[in-house]
Order: sequence, then structure tokens, then C-alpha cells
Amino acid sequence: MAKKHIFEDLNRETFEHKNDSSYANKAQHGLSEELVRKISADKKEPDWMLDIRLKGLRLFNEKPLPTWGPDLSALNFDEIIYYASPDDIIEDNKSWDDVPDDIKETFDKLGIPEAEKEMLAGVGAQYESETVYHRLKDEWEKLGVIFEDMDIALQKYPDLVKKYFMTKCVPVGDHKFAALHAAVWSGGTFLYVPKGVKVTNPLQAYFRMNAKNMGQFEHTLMIIEEGADAHYIEGCSAPKYGANSLHAGCVEVFVEKGARFRYSSVENWSADTYNLNTKRALVKEDGRVEWVGGNMGSGVTMLYPASFLLGKRAHAEHLGIAFAGKDQLQDTGAKVFHSASDTTSNILMKSLSKGGGTSVYRGLVQVAPHAENIVANANCDALILDDYSRSDTIPCMKIQNNTASVAHEASAGKISAEDVFYLQTRGLSEAEATAMMINGFIEPVVKQLPLEYAVEMNRLIELEMEGSVG
Amino acid sequence: MKEMLEIKDLHVSVESKEILKGINLSIAKGEVHAIMGPNGSGKSTLSQAIFGHPAYAVTQGSITFKGQDIVSLTPDKRANLGLFLAFQQPHSIPGVKIGSFLKQAINAQRHAADPKAKSLKIREFREMLESAMDALHMDKGFADRYLNDGFSGGEKKKAEILQMAMLKPDISVLDEIDSGLDVDALKVVSTGVNLLRSESDMGVLIITHYPRILKYIEPDHVHVLLDGKIVKSGDAQLAHDIEDKGYDWVK
Repeated sequence: MAKKHIFEDLNRETFEHKNDSSYANKAQHGLSEELVRKISADKKEPDWMLDIRLKGLRLFNEKPLPTWGPDLSALNFDEIIYYASPDDIIEDNKSWDDVPDDIKETFDKLGIPEAEKEMLAGVGAQYESETVYHRLKDEWEKLGVIFEDMDIALQKYPDLVKKYFMTKCVPVGDHKFAALHAAVWSGGTFLYVPKGVKVTNPLQAYFRMNAKNMGQFEHTLMIIEEGADAHYIEGCSAPKYGANSLHAGCVEVFVEKGARFRYSSVENWSADTYNLNTKRALVKEDGRVEWVGGNMGSGVTMLYPASFLLGKRAHAEHLGIAFAGKDQLQDTGAKVFHSASDTTSNILMKSLSKGGGTSVYRGLVQVAPHAENIVANANCDALILDDYSRSDTIPCMKIQNNTASVAHEASAGKISAEDVFYLQTRGLSEAEATAMMINGFIEPVVKQLPLEYAVEMNRLIELEMEGSVG
Repeated sequence: MKEMLEIKDLHVSVESKEILKGINLSIAKGEVHAIMGPNGSGKSTLSQAIFGHPAYAVTQGSITFKGQDIVSLTPDKRANLGLFLAFQQPHSIPGVKIGSFLKQAINAQRHAADPKAKSLKIREFREMLESAMDALHMDKGFADRYLNDGFSGGEKKKAEILQMAMLKPDISVLDEIDSGLDVDALKVVSTGVNLLRSESDMGVLIITHYPRILKYIEPDHVHVLLDGKIVKSGDAQLAHDIEDKGYDWVK
């Protein structure tokens, strides 16, 4: 019997399963200064963090909703629960046995403990606002790698966190949702890889929302020191309630000189979710950042991972897949700022839309006046799976140095009936042929994921496609 | 000899225009039939209709395969009964490796024959693939390439023959497989076809404009198609006559 892949049997029930959420009845809906102060007090945070939160709250209230992208007017900030945690959890367990049964079962079905055993250097698992499990394998701990729940990191390494937290990378006032995030952030992941350490196995965190109207605001801070190397994988999901939920995470990545970092994510929120996420990396000389992302599920997604190439010869790789199904808007893309000479970037985005869904590629490539010999390539391919879905490409290029070589290619197309016929004459049904062509379409991105996660990505696309063909 | 594929009084229309006007043809296992005809005579329409291309409507007559009327079956069901079509212009499927594609196709064929059949084990499949590629003198790396993506004309036709060798059909339809091939590629293609004939007694329907390929794959029967009808049938000699005298001679 061939060994099964860990994520091969993921099914809709796993994502849609709702655990008891009576704890949410006690939680407050809507946002207030009192709540922000309570979060900070509950977490016994230093004053400077409370100041960041209060500044975030003020700026959130001041800033208007962005008007350049998706319509967010239906998002009711007053019904969202900004902070909630199940009653009986012990935070930051080092053993899955200490995680409450229903929560452990959720993560079991998502394949997380098994992946940890088989192939990961460390795992974090967040449920609602709190991290329920976080563990780094000893061999990496010995080398000085720090992989912690963000709340814990703030307690244990306050100076390190203070130096990097929402200052240089994503400032508190960057935009309305960054400000909101600063005000109510909870949980998330802190990764510190010391100089020269190469973490050869991926690290993963999984973020699960469970209750109705939940908001999740995890903060991810990754510091990859000079010459170090790491790969972090993020997974997310939530059940569907027919009421809005909100995810506004913030990811800050610091890639130092000659370091390499890959950030892979498979976001699979429910169709009720507004996924308004900020991801950004600052990359120094000879450093390399790679973003590999799959966006599925959520109702409205706005996500444009950004790379700031600050040192010579730094490189950014942005690879993404977005799937917009019924009632979904995937507004995703990439931003690359070439601020130093000889920096290079490569963007490859694949979008799928079906069932009336809309996928939008929104990209920015900017070259600073003093940055010489920049090479930037962007490719955006859209596959539209029926007659009533759509795809838009909005590339923006600001090139202020004439030595730059910048290319953008975009294509949009449909599954060709002739191609389907060709595959059918080999014995594949119409649905199998279509699925095969979709897998082929996303293959250039999927092949960059570790095998198990490539299987997961294909499985999620398969679930999205169910019932849509034939 | 048992007739595998029987076409009776077949009329086929494309966009309400009748292209085939009453074709009769029977192919048994092990037989090689060649359909020859000039451009526009309806040759490719015949191959598309046999496989159920949705744009080709059968308005009259029947196509039976192994005793079963297949006109109402989808193309995949026809294929899984043991029919194979080598395309004149094989389609490129970027991102899909030949190897994984063939594995899925073979599994589909097995499950069609027996819904409880187990999927092919990876090792078992690899062995099949390697021996097929060896027999066709193909480079091992070929299976890891994306199906027809960036292939030369010759490579595409070789890929068709590899698919045929793996799927082991009872009857193969080769639609202008010789078009645009140099002699070397033509040899690979005909070697593959002849190998399957000797191994599994495959029946073959060669659809071609030119008699050249018939020097490499010797036909038992040759039919001349003109304006949607078979106007003349004979043995291999007929192909030689056409080579000498052209199509006008049969009119």
C-alpha cells in the first residue's frame, strides 16, 4: 500500500467543522480603547507596546477605508470579535496532549502534528486569538534559533521585539488595517535565525478561526540574520457562518546580508472572511526573499506581499496562486521596490476564477532613481473557468532609472474545449481533463512548495472545483 | 475475423453542413486500413466523429465498437473501450508532465474496465514507461517534460506514439501522423505502430493525404475518400496507383 500524503485527504468537513464556541458569547463585539487596554493588560505587556496599540487605535479611527480597491463598505467593524480565547486552553503547550481535545482534533484533521513529526523543524498552532501549541525541535534550539508565539517572544525578548516591531518594516500608520492590527494584535509567530544558521527543514504555523464573527490579528516577525537561511510555512482556515469575520495579520520580515528566506502560505479562509493582510520584507545586500502563496476561500482578499530591496544584488521572488470562486473577490498581487543597484525581482502570478468570482492582479514594480542595472520580470496568467467570472490585471511600474530592464507579460484565457477533447481521447473524463489542465496551469508555482504542501494546494483547488464541471 | 470497429452509413455534419455522406467501414483486430484523400475530402471529420468531438454531429448511421453503439458515448468512454486517436496536431498541456499524465490515463482506463481495480503502483508504472520508451528509443528525460509543450513537430508525434504504446488500444486511428515529419521521425513512429501490431494485434486506421507512410506501415486495405464518400477500396496496390496517378484518376 503506497504511503499517503499527509494532506491528501483534507476535506470540506475538516475546514467547515465548528467546535464549541460558547467562550465567544462572553467576548466583546466591536472595538474600544477599553478593549485595547484589556488585551495589553491580559498579556502583561510593557508600556511601550500599549502605546503602540493606542496609537494604532487612534490611527485606525482617523484613516478612511481604502477606496482604490475592493469595496469594503459591508464590513461591519462593530460586529467583529477582536479578541477571544477558548476558556480551558493552556497557552503555548509543548505537548499536543495538553491541548484541549476538540482543538487538538481540529489540528489533527488538518494534518499539523503529523507534518511536524515527518518534516518540520518547528510548529505553532493558533486558535482564535491565542497560540495553543508551539514547539521548536531541540536541534535548532541548540543553534540559537528562536521560534516562539509572538506574545511569549515579547515577554522573553522585549528588546529584540521592540527594535523590529511595526517600526521600520510595517509602521503602525502604514494603512488603516495595519493600524487596526497594531491595536488588537494577538498571537502569531516570532522567528529569529542567528548569523550563518541554515534551518534545513521548514517551520510552520497554522492559524485557525472557529467562532462566528471572529477577528484574527496574528503578528509574524521574522529576523533572518546574515548568511542564515530559513523557510516558514503559514496555513490558515476558518468555518463558514454566513456572518463576517476578519483577518488582518501583519508579517514583517528582515532578511539581512546574504541571507535567504522563503515565506510560503496557503490561506484558505471561509467565504465570510475579509482577509486584509499585510506582508512585507526588507532585504539587505545579497539577500533573497521568496514569497510563495496560495489564496483561496475568503470572501474578499486584499494581499500584496511587498519586498523592499535595500542592498545591492538583493533578489525578490513572488510566486502566487489566487482562486476566486462564487461570491469571492481575490485582489492580490506583489510589490517590489528596487532601492539599490543590481537588485533583481521575479513575479509570477496565476489566478483562477469561476462561479462568478473575480480575481484581480494588482502589482507594483518601482525602481529608485539611484538604483542602476535593475532587472525585474512580472508574469500574470489568468484562467477564467466559465462565462460569468472575471479577471483583471492592474500592473503599475514606476521606473526612475533608465538602466533598468523591466518586463511585464500578462495573459488571460479559458480552458480550451479542444484541449479537453484531446485529453478525453486518452480516457480522462471532462472533469478530470479540466482538473489536470488547472493543475498544469498552477504547476510553476506549486512545484516551489515542499511536496506535502504541493499536494495540499492541489487538494484545495480540487475542493474548490468540486461540482463545477460536467 | 472479428470486426472491432464498424461504421455503417455514417453521415456527419459540422455547423449543419454535411461533410461525411454515408461511410461504411469495418476494421478487425490486426488489420491495417488506410483512408486516403485530398484536402477537404472529410478525412479528419471521420477521425473526430469516431471519437465524439462535440462539434461533429452524427446525423445518420452508426459507429459500433466491440459490438456496442458508441455514438452516444463521451470521448473518454470511447477511449476506455480501447480506441486511440493520434492527432494531426497534438495539443500542448503546459505544466502536465507526460509521465504523470500517462499514469492518470492508464488508471482511468483500468477503472473504466473494473471500477474496483487498484490504481497502478508507482514502480509498476515506471517499469511500464521505461520499457515502452526503450522500445521506441526515447530518451528517459522525455517523460518529465510537459505534454507537447515546446515540442517540435517530430517530438509531438513521438509523444503520441508513446501514449499509444502505454495505453495499448485495440484500434488506433492515426490522423495525418506523417504530416511534417522527416524520415527519421517517420521511422520512429512507424516502428512504434508496427511493434504494437506485432505485440497486441492492434488494428490501425491510417488517415493520410500522402502514400509515403504506407511504405513503413503496410496496409491490408486502402480506401479513397472523396467529397465525404469512399469511392474506391482495394489493397496496397491502390496506394501505389494514387502515388503514380493522383486522386483525379479515381474520380
